[in-house]
Amino acid sequence: MPLLDVQSLVTEFPGAPGGPGNRAVNEVSFAVERGKVLGLVGESGSGKSVTGFSIMGLVDRPGRVTGGRILFDGQDLASLSGEEMRQLRGRRIAMVFQDPMMTLNPVLTIGTQMTEAITAHEKVSRAESRARARDALGQVGIPSPEERLSAYPHEFSGGMRQRVAIAIALLHNPDLIIADEPTTALDVTIQSQIISEFQRLAETHNTAVIWITHDLAIVSRLADDIAVMYSGRLVETGPVSDVLTDPRHPYTAGLIGSVPSQNTRGTRLRQIPGMTPSLGRLPSGCAFRTRCDRATEACATVPPPETHEGARGFRCIHPVHPELLTQ
Amino acid sequence: MTDQSTRPLVELRNVSRKFGSKGDIADRIAQRLKLAKPKPVVHAVDSVDLSIRQGEVLGLVGESGCGKSTLGRVVAGILPPSEGDLYWKGSDRSRLSFADLKAADLATQMIFQNPMAALNPRMTVEDIVTEAPHSHGMIPGDRRAYADRYLEMAGFDPAMKRRYPHQFSGGQRQRVNIARALAVQPEFLVCDESVAALDVSIQAQVINLFMDLREQLDLTYLFVSHDLGVVEHISDRVAIMYLGRIVEEAPVEEVYARPNHPYTRALLSEVPRIEVGKRKFEAIKGELPSPLDPPKGCHFHPRCPFAMDRCRSEVPKIREVASGHRSACHLNDG
Repeated sequence: MPLLDVQSLVTEFPGAPGGPGNRAVNEVSFAVERGKVLGLVGESGSGKSVTGFSIMGLVDRPGRVTGGRILFDGQDLASLSGEEMRQLRGRRIAMVFQDPMMTLNPVLTIGTQMTEAITAHEKVSRAESRARARDALGQVGIPSPEERLSAYPHEFSGGMRQRVAIAIALLHNPDLIIADEPTTALDVTIQSQIISEFQRLAETHNTAVIWITHDLAIVSRLADDIAVMYSGRLVETGPVSDVLTDPRHPYTAGLIGSVPSQNTRGTRLRQIPGMTPSLGRLPSGCAFRTRCDRATEACATVPPPETHEGARGFRCIHPVHPELLTQ
Repeated sequence: MTDQSTRPLVELRNVSRKFGSKGDIADRIAQRLKLAKPKPVVHAVDSVDLSIRQGEVLGLVGESGCGKSTLGRVVAGILPPSEGDLYWKGSDRSRLSFADLKAADLATQMIFQNPMAALNPRMTVEDIVTEAPHSHGMIPGDRRAYADRYLEMAGFDPAMKRRYPHQFSGGQRQRVNIARALAVQPEFLVCDESVAALDVSIQAQVINLFMDLREQLDLTYLFVSHDLGVVEHISDRVAIMYLGRIVEEAPVEEVYARPNHPYTRALLSEVPRIEVGKRKFEAIKGELPSPLDPPKGCHFHPRCPFAMDRCRSEVPKIREVASGHRSACHLNDG
């Protein structure tokens, strides 16, 4: 049984008055096993972050989860009371955000915030929680952790703040970590440091990770499985090694082609034309068809059903096959 | 694509740019009497020699806080250097006549990271694009036709030119910025992280646009970016900056195939590539030191795996290690 099993999840935000809601997350299904990393990939507005917030039960009003089930360790999260969900959040499921200042309180010391996070879930003495906070800081590679406990968030650099946020997420050895673009705002050298720490810690604790990002290069090196999102739907899922080397959905193929290093230096990049449609004005049928060079009239009728091919799945009626590729 | 013999369009000789104040007279007396510490000064750009040849794309790479944006602004003539000289087409900028300086300024245009911050929210796209060329008397006939021409060149549908910047997506706004820059018929574009804020698929479109424009208009670029993949793709030559100094400079194939400086080597191992199969992320230790208090000697020595005693005291000179390939590292002496 997978640790997290998301089945046909729908999260809606109100659309135009009187009209239907906008589905930021539309019939999304995926599963994550213990100790595995799932890369959830998409561009801005694709619904990848809302998917993460939906699992955490943190979707802000007026948005709400209106369909599907989220099974965590066999338990339906929708059946939990607010208090039970609070017990789960931070202890068994943790989240790391793009901007660490979203996690950190600017007027409290790091030590106070970390011990607070420990005592919220466990009955331990002050001294012990402080010792655990110190060890957690040391684990994520913060030098002289004992002194740093009395520092305020503004006294840290961006990379160090993100390490603190990760240390807080790891305090209770959660079963699942949802990491929402945690390294996007950081420099490349710092990015690598953070990812390698993360990778090491997730491996030692057998933690399941959902890594939300737009960066295929990170996913290719970090994740076991990938799920590509476009306009609220998962358009392609499967093992990273299959999807990134041999994509089926034209959008996945287009994203891979847009990465500069996938192209010969100095040549035009294989770009995807047009731009992401807004949720209120999605084209009928397949949402990607207006940007797709393979689209036919059939694509405009109904959203393409999911086709399965071994461990992978995709929603396209004209999938890309290597023998058809002219590249 | 570039010829070694082409004359430089812009040349920097020993250029530095500092930020900070000397303080008022009371501060200075207090400092003289050793009653107060000197005011902190940031050496954002420290003794840089750099030339950009006609028709080439020079990529300027570095981490945040290394001074690459400041250097871009100095090159564009927006920030005057604190020390050193800036040459435009072979003549010293500080000695140009008013008319020549104006021509040099018009010929250099900048495109910034955040397209919304660079566009006046109260002006229509058409007015934004034609304002500068109109006031410089560059529009011979119809102002509207002029706007159409440059908007089309930047891949922006002229039918939407009566709208305001907030009505567009990030990628479209960046196209408006590009049209605005092109409208004064520049020769040289300084792009400061111009594609960093865009989504992957839109980023590819804008990079393609930059490459097409270069062909059509024979433009020269300084492409400032932290994204090694983008720089590798678009540049002819690359300069790598660390804490205010250029540490290495070479043609793009050369620097990606044979990086010389330890910092470049570490940085290039982080080029975003799609590589399936779990790979270890090997990171450089430590973080960029504060530019207020840079390390003595070679700025990179606290993070460098090869640091020797000499690196801690003596600043390495940048010198040629191969044809057209310059690097500033003491290891090249041994």
